[in-house]
Amino acid sequence: MQKLPPRLELINVGKRYPAVVANDGIDLRVYPGEIHAVLGENGAGKSTLMKIIYGVVAADTGEMLWDNRQVTIDSPAQARALGIGMVFQHFSLFETLTVAENISLALDQPPPTAELARQITEVSVEYGLPVEPHRPVHTMSVGERQRVEIVRCLLQKPRLLIMDEPTSVLTPQAVQKLFETLRRLAAEGCSIVYISHKLDEIRQLCHTATVLRNGRLAGTVDPRRETRESLAKLMIGRELPRFHWEPRTAGETRLSVKQLQLPSSDPFGTALEDIELAVRSGEIVGIAGISGNGQQELLSALSGERTTAADSVFLCGTAAGKLNAAQRRRLGLRYVPEERLGRGAVPSLSLSLNTLLTGSEQGLTEKGLIRYPALRRFARRIIDRFKVKCGGEQAIASSLSGGNLQKFIVGRETLLSPTVMLVAQPTWGVDIGAAALIRQALLDLRDEGVAVLVVSEDLEELLTLSDRIAVLADGRLSPTVPTRETSIEQIGLWMSGAFGDQTAIPATEDPVEIFHA
Amino acid sequence: MSTELMIAILASTAAAATPLVYAALGELVTERAGVLNLGLEGMMLVGAIVGFAGAVTTGNLMLGFIAGITGGMAMALIFAVLTISLQTNQVATGLALTLFGLGLSAFIGRAYIGVSLDGLKPLAIPLVSDIPLLGPLLATFDLLIYGSFVLLAAVYWFLTRTRPGLMLRAVGEAPAAAHAIGRSVLGVRYLAVLFGGAMSGLGGAYLALAITPMWVEGMTAGRGWIALALVVFATWKPMRVLLGAYLFGGVTILQFHSQALGIKVPAEFLSMLPYLATIICWC
Amino acid sequence: MLRLEPRPEPSRQMMFASPLMAAVLMLVSGYVIFSIMGQPPLYAFYIFFIDPLTSLYGIGEWLLKATPLILCGIGLAIGFRARVWNIGADGQLTIGAIAGGGVALYFQGVNAFWLLPLVLLAGVAGGMAWAAVPAFLRTRFNTSEILVSLMLVYVSYLLLRYLVNGPWRDPFGFNFPQSAMFHEAAMLPLLFDGLRTNAAFILALLLVVLAWFFCQKMTAGFRMQVSGEAPAAAAYAGFSDKRNVWLALLISGGSAGLAGVAEVAGPLGQLQPAVSSGYGFAAIIVAFVGRLHPLGVLLASLLMSLLYLGGEAAQLELGLPSAITGLFQGLLLFYLLAADLFIHFRLKKVQPPAAEAPATSSTTSPSEAV
Repeated sequence: MQKLPPRLELINVGKRYPAVVANDGIDLRVYPGEIHAVLGENGAGKSTLMKIIYGVVAADTGEMLWDNRQVTIDSPAQARALGIGMVFQHFSLFETLTVAENISLALDQPPPTAELARQITEVSVEYGLPVEPHRPVHTMSVGERQRVEIVRCLLQKPRLLIMDEPTSVLTPQAVQKLFETLRRLAAEGCSIVYISHKLDEIRQLCHTATVLRNGRLAGTVDPRRETRESLAKLMIGRELPRFHWEPRTAGETRLSVKQLQLPSSDPFGTALEDIELAVRSGEIVGIAGISGNGQQELLSALSGERTTAADSVFLCGTAAGKLNAAQRRRLGLRYVPEERLGRGAVPSLSLSLNTLLTGSEQGLTEKGLIRYPALRRFARRIIDRFKVKCGGEQAIASSLSGGNLQKFIVGRETLLSPTVMLVAQPTWGVDIGAAALIRQALLDLRDEGVAVLVVSEDLEELLTLSDRIAVLADGRLSPTVPTRETSIEQIGLWMSGAFGDQTAIPATEDPVEIFHA
Repeated sequence: MSTELMIAILASTAAAATPLVYAALGELVTERAGVLNLGLEGMMLVGAIVGFAGAVTTGNLMLGFIAGITGGMAMALIFAVLTISLQTNQVATGLALTLFGLGLSAFIGRAYIGVSLDGLKPLAIPLVSDIPLLGPLLATFDLLIYGSFVLLAAVYWFLTRTRPGLMLRAVGEAPAAAHAIGRSVLGVRYLAVLFGGAMSGLGGAYLALAITPMWVEGMTAGRGWIALALVVFATWKPMRVLLGAYLFGGVTILQFHSQALGIKVPAEFLSMLPYLATIICWC
Repeated sequence: MLRLEPRPEPSRQMMFASPLMAAVLMLVSGYVIFSIMGQPPLYAFYIFFIDPLTSLYGIGEWLLKATPLILCGIGLAIGFRARVWNIGADGQLTIGAIAGGGVALYFQGVNAFWLLPLVLLAGVAGGMAWAAVPAFLRTRFNTSEILVSLMLVYVSYLLLRYLVNGPWRDPFGFNFPQSAMFHEAAMLPLLFDGLRTNAAFILALLLVVLAWFFCQKMTAGFRMQVSGEAPAAAAYAGFSDKRNVWLALLISGGSAGLAGVAEVAGPLGQLQPAVSSGYGFAAIIVAFVGRLHPLGVLLASLLMSLLYLGGEAAQLELGLPSAITGLFQGLLLFYLLAADLFIHFRLKKVQPPAAEAPATSSTTSPSEAV
């Protein structure tokens, strides 16, 4: 198939933002029927490149060829007219509208509703993407929403389909289904650009991989002939960092959750039902599951941002359900939230003032007055210990990169001597170097006897880090099992909510691989 | 209560409600597009004085109303440029629009204090007054009262039955998603804000050209804010805006009929009612 | 060709420069407006902005008019920092005047040292009580404090009108709708002979210092700032939202109440049908132009006070409507909001796109962020 001329060709494309060069001298060739991976770390420039192709962002330099003809794409509408479709990482669907209405809005000349509904059903049956045209989007799971997005693209008969990190919202089983659909599309001649940072998926699915690093082209390879290690090295420019996980005996229970019920505060959110959980001193418990299955609710109930029945949350033996976040902090709870800018840190304030957010009772204030020198000393300690790259302790939080801000927040909470540490998405959107440092910090806490609870969408991360693991699906929590006695398949099954009453599924023969990317 | 009194009360209720209906429906569309314009009061005031000046200058009431609409739109354009293009804070900008409108209308209005003109007359539709029961009431309605019913239907139809209306709601709900599928968020919002301004301007002009045909500084007396409250009270549903506006209209005119109704409360307290009612409806 | 591009970090210089830019733009607009009105612009400028300050008396008036603006502005600035939008300061001011005035009238003829403090306290309490209504409704029913505080402005005006027309009307006042003049002991002492500036100005300066201390040094001030700038971070830190709303409204209501009582126990000396010249609304502009910073509020109040004086002078000397003051105030705020754009964006020269490069699209960012 490489004989045909490329469907899409980018030559020397560059895009510069005030603070960063997002893309510099990128060449990319995508052939008809090819599944082409664009691989790179967070911040390597993948998203910018896709936005350029889809006409959302204009490139500063370079040229673009479509079927060997030079084109400029100024808007998504123009991209669609050429036959380019895109499935976004953060979906572009409207919650209150139905599937058909959503799809109709994206089409330039939509057929009448009945005809459109028929076409939707037809495409969804043909490609194994079950979707009901008249269902409102807010009643659908993330996986279903992704199907709507794909169906929406397919209705426009795309000749090039861009998939932006599509598997982060899917269970392992659903990932395999998606791959079947994509292979089928490719076999029909559609080109697919597949953006990801997951090495195994790319080796399994893609014919070619263009690897980006710091906005530049690091290489174009055939991923089927590469190893995990060689791909990773191309992607990050050095060997994968290693770290040490040693088995350890856990101590007394520090955080326990009993029959926790919590209605959702958001009309489209998930309610928690009968959550049972215990985290002991010196262990890391991981909560896996796809976002939107009650993670936010669980975290807010544990952190004290929302209160519940007093005896549904116990912190170090104290019934804490009715305590607010500040009161729970007094019991030794520390929390690294998922949303760093705006929750974990105030964007417009300096790092040193941001220590005051959670550290006000650790000698940073006196009789209601702020002790600025103490604040600055504490901030400098965090910056040194956690290698935070920033313009000093007076730099404002929003000037830091995602990874560095996360190191700062993890550092702040760690240095505030936790007895229980709650961490949400510890390394989401963080570069591999920072991720390794953060994971090591969590392991160190565990080894010091802290009870650590990690809620993450990144299954590989949880399998690496945690001593025990449970899955949150549709507001219910699976039994907690030792991580080394489970398998990706079982976790995947649980992610779709299938844990019912069964207590444990025997571990399968193949042990869990320890990944680190 | 005599029939005459009843009709007089209902007629003045409708008149008092009509500017609220216009302003609130305009704001409803604006808010459905995801923009909160707190400057209704300012836009209504400018609509009132520009409308009044237009009518006095041209001697034509209809041209006056058109001038009022234009005035409201000009104010809305300032708001749109600031909040949509320059991304200023919507709350602060809306407040600024109100304060500016207060100053601007007083400034323009200096030349029109004490000037009077013939207000809008009831629309004489043949045979309407012969309709049993409703006839005598309908006979008191002017063109813009009828117009407010038409506007209500049009807004309802637009938002629920048309593709541009669907687009507007989509833009309001998830602007990033709308942008991603290639819809012009800015364009839709500009139009929605301008429509809101036009309707506020018309509502304001109605005050100065129909209800009390003259110019008084600050004559809207908080009606813009009441209209704003109505939109929330109506939970962004057009039909409920009408209902709410007539409720407020009824409360507003109570003071004018207190003597006839035999209410013995100082006039100031009756005048407080619409404001207190707004607060209560909000809780 | 110039293009706006986001700055990597908000510019501190622009934070302070933008109020100045706004003031300059306002002057430019003034030039245009004066010209349109057929006035020689420079002479009009002189009358408007310089002449009021050429006499000692004029300076006294300047400080006198700045006093209620400082008092209201400081309170609002603290509230706005916490994103609690109390825009009913004019109502709280009016109620402060009623409460303080009521005490003064009740003890009419009592000549005691405690009377003035009592009158002032009553004013503060009155303002706080009026602001407590939106605070209660917001924390209990999640009602918008913007609307409630504003509706209460109209209610307060009507209440005052009722009082001076009815129960509190001066029986010897020739039927004018106003109360009796307050007794000496209930009045704020004058600071200088021959000037109308009174002790309230000192109170206002004191409040500026207190507010600065509160915002910069106290954890309570920090909490309010966090609640305003990042509500999610405040929830994460465990700062109470209710406390934030209550504090913001009580502080701004109390200081507006003080401004009100200082008007009636100062230059007015009695209750009149209208005690405020829109100070509570002008203070909104003061707070923004002052960058929500106590010192900035002080400077902005002096500027706004000058606009009031200038408006009066323009009416007397040039025959221009004094409403021009309101126009200038509104313009000032618009220009400030627009100039603030440059805190987060900067203008950059860009080369016209080369022939092969795709055309630049300027419509990407603003839409998504709203």
